[in-house]
Amino acid sequence: MAKSAATISAPRKDRKFTWKEVKRQKVLLIIALIVFLYGILFYYLPLFGWATAFIQYKPKFGIFGSSFIGFDKFKFLFTNESIGFWRVMRNTFCMGALNLVTSTFMAVLFAILLNEIKPNLIKKPIQTVSYLPHFLSWIVVTGILHSALSSTGIINDVLITLGVTDQAINFFAFPEYFWAIVAFANVWKETGWNAIIYLAAITSIDPTLYEAASIDGAGRWAKIKYITLPGIKPTFMILLLINVGNVLNAGFEVQYLLGNGLVKKVSETIDIFVLKWGISQNDFSLGTAAGIFKSAISILLIVLCNAWAKHAGEERLF
Amino acid sequence: MNQKTHKPINGWDIAFKIFLTIFMVIFLVVTLYPVINTIALSFNDGTDAVRGGIYLWPRVFSVKSYSTVLQMENLLTGFKISVLRTVIGTLSSLAINALLAFVLSRKRFLFASQLSFFYVITMYVNGGLIPTFILYRNLGLMNSFSVYWVTGLVSAWNMLVLRTYMKGLSESLEESAQLDGAGYFTIFVKIISPLCKPVYATIALFVAVWQWNNWFDAMIYNRMATDLTVLQYELMKLLSSVMNQSSSATSAKEAAGANTITPITVRSAASVITMLPIICVYPFLQRYFVTGLTIGGVKE
Repeated sequence: MAKSAATISAPRKDRKFTWKEVKRQKVLLIIALIVFLYGILFYYLPLFGWATAFIQYKPKFGIFGSSFIGFDKFKFLFTNESIGFWRVMRNTFCMGALNLVTSTFMAVLFAILLNEIKPNLIKKPIQTVSYLPHFLSWIVVTGILHSALSSTGIINDVLITLGVTDQAINFFAFPEYFWAIVAFANVWKETGWNAIIYLAAITSIDPTLYEAASIDGAGRWAKIKYITLPGIKPTFMILLLINVGNVLNAGFEVQYLLGNGLVKKVSETIDIFVLKWGISQNDFSLGTAAGIFKSAISILLIVLCNAWAKHAGEERLF
Repeated sequence: MNQKTHKPINGWDIAFKIFLTIFMVIFLVVTLYPVINTIALSFNDGTDAVRGGIYLWPRVFSVKSYSTVLQMENLLTGFKISVLRTVIGTLSSLAINALLAFVLSRKRFLFASQLSFFYVITMYVNGGLIPTFILYRNLGLMNSFSVYWVTGLVSAWNMLVLRTYMKGLSESLEESAQLDGAGYFTIFVKIISPLCKPVYATIALFVAVWQWNNWFDAMIYNRMATDLTVLQYELMKLLSSVMNQSSSATSAKEAAGANTITPITVRSAASVITMLPIICVYPFLQRYFVTGLTIGGVKE
């Protein structure tokens, strides 16, 4: 993505704004105009809808007919203890960060280990299997997870056989398990998929480096440590920066599908909060305010991490 | 792992091999077991399955669960709508993103950088759920099929992947076609598109998977329109009634139409039907999505 952003501003030599040129490329211009209008309608108009947070929105009157309330909704959001906004923020942030760390770690580990398998006859099938969960919907994945963790599921069977517990554990009834279950679900679903980019980065490392290292007597571990890991560092940094901006976005489907009354205190995320207050309770203004706050924090996170990367002399987004 | 680095290289290499093998075996088992178990359960007799202990193979073989699923009106409607939205959504989105990428990858195009920037911004900032909801409602997209395909037509990320690929194509073909009097549309259809088959396949797969697996829009916008429901959403209702039951708590989500517990075999059969189309297709498109992800993802 960073590359594409850079090429956008690259100067173009052979462009001249003349009527002859406009006429010549009118097909292109018509398509561009249609797509531009589409973008305005579906992507930019909702941004103006942010105004909803500053008014007492009444669907009957629309945005312009409702009364202005300023930052009242934000104040309510931050100060009212009973709606638990800070708890929801904490849940979103902690689960997002936990997911980011565990899934990045697993993707890097998997990519490096897979790269160490030389015969394609073994490597290819493992890779194909590793993509499988990515293509399943969260509905199916949470359903599968639910039956695996149920009282008659495989996990409880194993635990009882091993004597770890003598009674089946109801994993979804205890708040202390919830974040770990969500992190595991993410790792299970996306490890193979996330590893694709790291594998590509490993493949693009100059093979002569490995050969030279072998001649010097380096073993597998030394080669991983001194060649592979530094080789994938730029990719790692860029993905980290992109994903840090998404930390707060990464929490809806799993938490919504796996959450229940008993673990509500740790399972609710901002997106669920917005859905609950905005759509179910019909408080559009409060829902929008929470959404704006989430966007603001996300952008702040990207900018901060980017500045840190710049300071540390690493790859960065902008 | 670190403490072993003191050992001679040979011993470490053997240890590494053992670790590698164990890791991959565990990885394969953890990834495949739940899927195989679901398939095994779906082919088992319903009353027998309650006893538990079915792992990789059905104990009492039966296809009754599948006939039960095929008699569920809502699942059938959902299946039909899901197929429709996947086909229409994929074709329309691929066509429009390819056209846009084509326009943006023309060297002569006057607004290439501005229009690209206009769409790249949408990857980072969006209105969020509520403003989007209000907009769609005002546009009359509630309780309509259009909400499934019209709303996500242009995707900045897919467009960037396509554009990068098209930029890499040789320009001489296009120039000679232009000398022969071919218009832009002809160039797009006859020259560029045939060369873009691999990247088209990639994007089509991405969009199709997204369309097939999406249930959120059906729940938010078409909750009242039972004839526009999608397969994933119906599956969710089927599964969530059980989840709520087993954790003995009521949750915010709706479990309408599935008050009684559906047997695990029937739930498994419905899950298998939901995941089958994708499982059958993706292995053949592997080469495409790997390259697609690599061009679109990050700089090398």
